[in-house]
Amino acid sequence: MAYSFPEEVLEYVLSFIKTDKDRNAVSLVCKSWYEIERWCRRRVFIGNCYAVNPRIMIRRFPEIRSVEIKGKPHFADFNLVPEGWGGYFHPWVVAMARAYPMLEEIRLKRMVVSDDCLEMIAKSFKNFRVLVMSSCEGFSTDGLACIAANCRNLRELDLRESEVEDLSGHWLSHFPDTCTSLESLNIACLGSEVCFSALERLVSRCPNLRKLQLNRTVPLEKLPNLLIRAPELVEFGTGAYSAELRPELLSNLVNAFAGCKKLKALSGFWDVVPAYIPAIYPVCCGLTSLNLSYANIQSPDIIKLVSQCQNLQRLWVLDYIEDSGLDVLATCCKKLEELRVFPSDPYDVEPNVSLTEQGLVSVSEGCPKLQSVLYFCRRMSNAALFTIAKNSPNLIRFRLCIIEARAPDYLTYEPLDAGFGAIVENCRELRRLSLSGFLTDRVFEYIGKHAKKLEMLSIAFAGQGDLGLHHVLSGCDSLRKLEIRDCPFGDKALLANAAKLETMRSLWMSSCPVSYGACKLLGQKLRRVNVEVIDERGTPESRPDSCHIEKLYIYRTLSGPRVDTPDFIWTMDEEGNTPQ
Amino acid sequence: MSSMNNLSESGKSGMNLKETELTLGLPGEPRVGKACMKRVFSETVDLELGNSGKKDSSGSGSSMKKESATSRGKLVGWPPVRAHRKNIMTVKSGKYVKVGVDGAPYLRKVDLELYNSYEQFLSALEGLFTCFKIRTVLDEKKLMDPVNGVEYVPTYEDKDGDWMLVGDVPWKMFAESCKRVRLMTRSEAIGLAPRPETKCSSSSS
Repeated sequence: MAYSFPEEVLEYVLSFIKTDKDRNAVSLVCKSWYEIERWCRRRVFIGNCYAVNPRIMIRRFPEIRSVEIKGKPHFADFNLVPEGWGGYFHPWVVAMARAYPMLEEIRLKRMVVSDDCLEMIAKSFKNFRVLVMSSCEGFSTDGLACIAANCRNLRELDLRESEVEDLSGHWLSHFPDTCTSLESLNIACLGSEVCFSALERLVSRCPNLRKLQLNRTVPLEKLPNLLIRAPELVEFGTGAYSAELRPELLSNLVNAFAGCKKLKALSGFWDVVPAYIPAIYPVCCGLTSLNLSYANIQSPDIIKLVSQCQNLQRLWVLDYIEDSGLDVLATCCKKLEELRVFPSDPYDVEPNVSLTEQGLVSVSEGCPKLQSVLYFCRRMSNAALFTIAKNSPNLIRFRLCIIEARAPDYLTYEPLDAGFGAIVENCRELRRLSLSGFLTDRVFEYIGKHAKKLEMLSIAFAGQGDLGLHHVLSGCDSLRKLEIRDCPFGDKALLANAAKLETMRSLWMSSCPVSYGACKLLGQKLRRVNVEVIDERGTPESRPDSCHIEKLYIYRTLSGPRVDTPDFIWTMDEEGNTPQ
Repeated sequence: MSSMNNLSESGKSGMNLKETELTLGLPGEPRVGKACMKRVFSETVDLELGNSGKKDSSGSGSSMKKESATSRGKLVGWPPVRAHRKNIMTVKSGKYVKVGVDGAPYLRKVDLELYNSYEQFLSALEGLFTCFKIRTVLDEKKLMDPVNGVEYVPTYEDKDGDWMLVGDVPWKMFAESCKRVRLMTRSEAIGLAPRPETKCSSSSS
């Protein structure tokens, strides 16, 4: 006799299962579990907006409350994806307005969002609470005004690094006096002045405000009044951190910061006047995250600051910190998990600061919990990479950018193959890797052999031929995202490993010797994968099949070829027909 | 591999540059004190050794036919720094370009973002190289050394590496594409400024 598990019980159990991975596993057990699960899933994550479409999502999950969607490929951040590529949020919001009236949260990354979209969000979802737009574009402050005015229970508005058409700062005044629900507001990316009195009143009436990131135009003088109205702040981003030297402003700031007893994260710090840095000393010992990546302060000031932050877990900083500052970091911040060092002057071949590979070596020596590294520098050696690999076997993310393309080991002039090889061999948990410097196919042999948990790999100006790409595609079992630019990888490796592409989220290749003919072949070979040729020189049909294409984006999908491609993208047909 | 030799040269020339750093200024000239930014290389001397480094970074060791490069080896999207990081840093730090004068032993640097017009810019040059006076001949702005009557034609190197006459395009366009400025003596600038000599009208603007 069949025993059936009561649905309600299963639903209750499932309510404890949160992650997508676990939920997906549950849904594979049997048809009835699939059914039960899909009706009670509340949160969906779509890593590539073209991998599915709204109809498919809504059909399977009818009761979603929270949606997260990513659009453009990562290399769009560096201007490698042409304008007008796609990633439009519009079809999604139209479909969800009908299907998900109870939608509460929207999180978008690298998508194009229009003011119409924002208006639709504001008017369609009564319980709307969270809007996070990371590196998005296409909207203006008018759209924000609509959100502010209509979303009664808005808790989070986070514009993280989006490109907003800044028409005026008055949008902030559209938050009604009845709005008291705000918990998180990030407007750091906005260029124009917001109405400060409106901001102050908003902060005053929102008792649960935990995160507030201001934009550069908010003057330092205004900070004390703002901070005393927000004692619950956990994360705070300043505006421009400069003012004429006035003792009373300094003491006001000190008191204001000291009043935020729960402060754990600080950011902002544009245009720093060093005399005002001591204002944050009282909160340093509680800080777990410090973002100084816009702060034009020099190593001595950074050192004074960082040496007081014994509980720091994350530091983002410019290379002004120099090796000497990183030495101090290594000594004082034993809980450090994430370090990002950005270049202050990325386009000058000559170094403007004394930051070398040594700084990173010191941090790897001194910080046993180091997991995540993004490091821009101007020289590297295999020896340094060996040391880092040995010191930090728990690395999860390692992104190294040696500024000069193809720079070899500065001591031996050899390629950096062995050094990166040591990284992948020792760091067994490595999930993300970005390579740079002079690299032959050897490094890819090491990566294919050892980087079994690697999910995302970024390659630029590296390798010698198809064999390099072949090593990666055939060896990296967990690979999901691969992005390549300016490498001598071509048709052979792609065609030999076509099946691999069906197991990955996406592959990006630009300025590589991949022929149009090979793209057509891939299009025929691969089912449920879009092979998109991006070429701004006009249709690839007008050139021989052997001609190299400019850019290639291949991704698995359930929704067939895109219907919204611009005129410089051609999707390879599964039948091998001439693309229109 | 020959490619590696090129790369090693660039590394070496990088070292040499540091050793040639000098700190000089024209007599009577205050240092242009742009706060906060520490510069390893002084603004006042350029011995033009940086070029070898720049060349090497672009094309060495590449067996590839095509590279995503713009002019002079500058690569699109490299290093991978996001636009909002670039903008935020450069907004306050200004756009400094080198200004050289034929015959002067060292160059100066000016921040083009401080000026909104050619008049302001040329006045600034007049202030930097105090021996000059600005003469306006028809619509051409020229700098002249009243002591020896030598005329200097302001020229600039644009983004594409071409040497152009200052003044043809709107100021903003010039400021955006200008990489460096050179005041050429009239004889050298024959190809660029072919207008015939006329009587000088009013003096400096």
